[in-house]
Amino acid sequence: MKGAGKRLCRILLTYGARIITLLLAVSVIAFALVSLSPVDPVQQYLLGAGPVSEEQRAEIEDYWGVNDPPVERYLSWLSALLHGDFGTSLLYRRPVIDIIGERFLNSLALMLCSWLLSGVIGFALGCLMGMTRDRLADRIIKKICYLLTSIPTFWLGLLLLLVFAVWLGWFPIGFSTPIGMLNSEVSVWQRLYHLFLPALTLSLMSFANIALHTRQKLIDVMESEYVLFARARGEGSWSLLRRHGLRNILLPALTLQFASFSELFGGSVLAENVFSYPGLGSAVSEAGLNSDVPLLLGVTLFSALFVCAGNLIANLLYGVVDPQIREVKG
Amino acid sequence: MKRRLNRRTKVVLYTCLIALVVAGAFIAGAAIPDSAVAADFTSTRQPPSWSHPFGTDALGRDLLARTLKGLSISLTVGTVASLISAVVAVLVGIAAAVGSPRVDAAVNWCIDLVMGVPHTVLIILISFALGRGLWGLLVGIAATHWTSLARLIRGEVMQLRSQQYIAVSRKLGKSSGWILTHHLLPHLVPQFIVGLILMFPHAILHEASISFLGYGLPPEQPAIGIILSESMQYLSTGMWWPAVFPGAVLVGIVLLVDRLGENLRMILDPYSAQE
Amino acid sequence: METRQKEKTPLLEVRDLSVSFRMYDGSLEQRRLEVISSLSMTVYPGEILAIAGSSGSGKSLLASAILGILPANASTGGEMYFDGQPLTAERQRKLRGGDIALVPQSVAYLDPLMRVGPQADGHRKPRPTERRRGLFRRLGLPEEAERLYPFQLSGGMARRVLVSTALITDARLVIADEPTPGMSLDQALEALTMFREMADQGRGVVLITHDIDLAVAFADRVAVFYAGTTVETLPASDFQTGPQALRHPYTKALWRALPQNGFTPIPGFQPYAGSLPPGCLFAPRCPHRTPECEMAPPPTRELRGGEVRCIHAT
Repeated sequence: MKGAGKRLCRILLTYGARIITLLLAVSVIAFALVSLSPVDPVQQYLLGAGPVSEEQRAEIEDYWGVNDPPVERYLSWLSALLHGDFGTSLLYRRPVIDIIGERFLNSLALMLCSWLLSGVIGFALGCLMGMTRDRLADRIIKKICYLLTSIPTFWLGLLLLLVFAVWLGWFPIGFSTPIGMLNSEVSVWQRLYHLFLPALTLSLMSFANIALHTRQKLIDVMESEYVLFARARGEGSWSLLRRHGLRNILLPALTLQFASFSELFGGSVLAENVFSYPGLGSAVSEAGLNSDVPLLLGVTLFSALFVCAGNLIANLLYGVVDPQIREVKG
Repeated sequence: MKRRLNRRTKVVLYTCLIALVVAGAFIAGAAIPDSAVAADFTSTRQPPSWSHPFGTDALGRDLLARTLKGLSISLTVGTVASLISAVVAVLVGIAAAVGSPRVDAAVNWCIDLVMGVPHTVLIILISFALGRGLWGLLVGIAATHWTSLARLIRGEVMQLRSQQYIAVSRKLGKSSGWILTHHLLPHLVPQFIVGLILMFPHAILHEASISFLGYGLPPEQPAIGIILSESMQYLSTGMWWPAVFPGAVLVGIVLLVDRLGENLRMILDPYSAQE
Repeated sequence: METRQKEKTPLLEVRDLSVSFRMYDGSLEQRRLEVISSLSMTVYPGEILAIAGSSGSGKSLLASAILGILPANASTGGEMYFDGQPLTAERQRKLRGGDIALVPQSVAYLDPLMRVGPQADGHRKPRPTERRRGLFRRLGLPEEAERLYPFQLSGGMARRVLVSTALITDARLVIADEPTPGMSLDQALEALTMFREMADQGRGVVLITHDIDLAVAFADRVAVFYAGTTVETLPASDFQTGPQALRHPYTKALWRALPQNGFTPIPGFQPYAGSLPPGCLFAPRCPHRTPECEMAPPPTRELRGGEVRCIHAT
């Protein structure tokens, strides 16, 4: 047990260092990219502020350091960042960190629901496909999976919106809470009600991947020598799946699911836009469209952190749970 | 032996057919004159009919013509972006495999970096940096799609390098360039073509998604993402056709191109093709 | 315990078994590949029958065929009887792991993610944990072995764990598939002693091996396998007597190929499944072949207390 703790520390340290360098690189690249942009952020800021004199404009430019060299600007931005100051959103006129915090909770609810849903459904269907290999059920589900990977997320969202919200009228057309209600007044049920369609869209988009992966893994396991021997000892299909199949495919599936945070976040950008869901995804596209540079940078960094966290968990799972790695390297 | 040939011929014919359909869609879109997608306020918001199979939009533009034109733009963007991406992937992959361990580490680090930011976010960022035009879209898609093919090529080259006959060539005093053109490239070209075509559907899907979000092409362009984004405004009034048909056509093309890639793989490399 | 009288009924009888596979080559065309053809053998309670032959002769598939666990693309022909009753697919399902047990060849046949103890217990309820602990003790496995994962076992421990999976059942027929490769001589002797003990308790043991010396030392009878079929079945003692006691030219060649008998290699190659000669399978390599040998497969006939499939054997 002591060895496990030590190993955990070592993994955390190596990946921690990697994550920090990666995040630094992301910050450099993101900052360089927005500096390249022909859009003038001061102009954009003043658009919303009404008429200003030349002196006022110069003052703002000076305050923002627009005329400083890029490296200097980057360093001052970074040092502010390290002090927890992500700047002020031009679009919302509020600290970026507050907006991210608020919207991340909404996004988290959405992503968590669809992550769980797609994971459970994908894994179950993958097991079903693996066990009924090349029979009718397998062939049909496989076709559906391939079809789903070819459908753009936002179009699927549009179709669901059309069918369930417009034609059937079962679900609202947008927003995570009913309009005109304070956040505190909204019940859990109302939240879930508004969450349902975006979460369904997102999970439909992501379950195919995990299902196809699980299918292949299960087929590999079922063709393995140890399953052959288990059959020789009289185990039936159900026992094979329960005793050997799940044991050997659960970890790869979980790892894959944690490593898919990048696709999950990317998908949520589209799903949130279709359903006008106020999460990080709709914030990032609004920020880009309205040249809200601080918010765009903030969300980019945050999304990178989110993906890194997923990869870290995936690596930890392999390093800590798998006995072969655990006890050989330990 | 004869049946085997038949089977192969069948796949080749099928592949040609798909390629023809895709090319046909492209040419049809490019050939449609701009007048066909001009606003016509006498026939706005028409549901599908014989004269407008896909219906018309709020400005009275024929949606079939707009969809085909949009598709042709999507195919162009997809081709150019995946071509750039695939070339980058091959160069980077070869560099990682034959270069010093430091180059390899640098390449792997770059791949991790690109994979570390959600693609949609990275494309938004790049598109923003380049002023939200066609360029931003192209560069954004190209910059995010090369990673997996680069890994594949790297692995392939590393495996080839360790083969006996390459070592023999080197012993015989052949130059690195000679080995590259005579031994490596013949193996890499099929990988490159199949990788390129399999990258293509992803590129088209990303193009549509990013256009849908309002980046990339200007709103007057008939890109599929833009048509679908416009359709959102009228969805609640029951105008379903601008949302359904263009998307369905896009999915159809993506499926066809995917099939094309799989078939080509079957022809070029029958042993690696699954199913 | 089995009675003497029961030795008259064979425990397992295989008549004219064939196993073939549907195969796909590179361009997705289908063809059939016969890997085992017209194979016959019998196992009596209380004896070890060694199935000896070089690798690639289809020995391992025989075990799968008896247990009914061939891959989905395989099909079988011929008849099999267990305890005098036809061995149908359903009966195989009921018998495997119970009356018929397999001892696989390597640690790869153990689930890599399951601890050895529960794995040896098997899936049947109630878990025979106490009995298994006793077995482990008897086999000299340390107490803590049950908490190890298969990859942590030494070669000798792995073998004993594999053997324990057969001992924990009350199997009347034990099929051991190549249990000795990769073992030291001591380990191999120890393993074979365990199988001898099983047979002496009245079980029937089928020992699949390519090691003629070990087979002869421990088996009662030897079935010689060549290109997917038995060419000769003989008492193991005939090998000790010398080539004059052997019947089939291939068996004689095998005897001469043993290190202590001159190490004479057999010229030519064993034919591959899919390109078998039409007549006697050994004919292309046989020094005594005549045109008749290449006409039709020779029938099985009794000869000097054994069975042989050669028209010239005397």
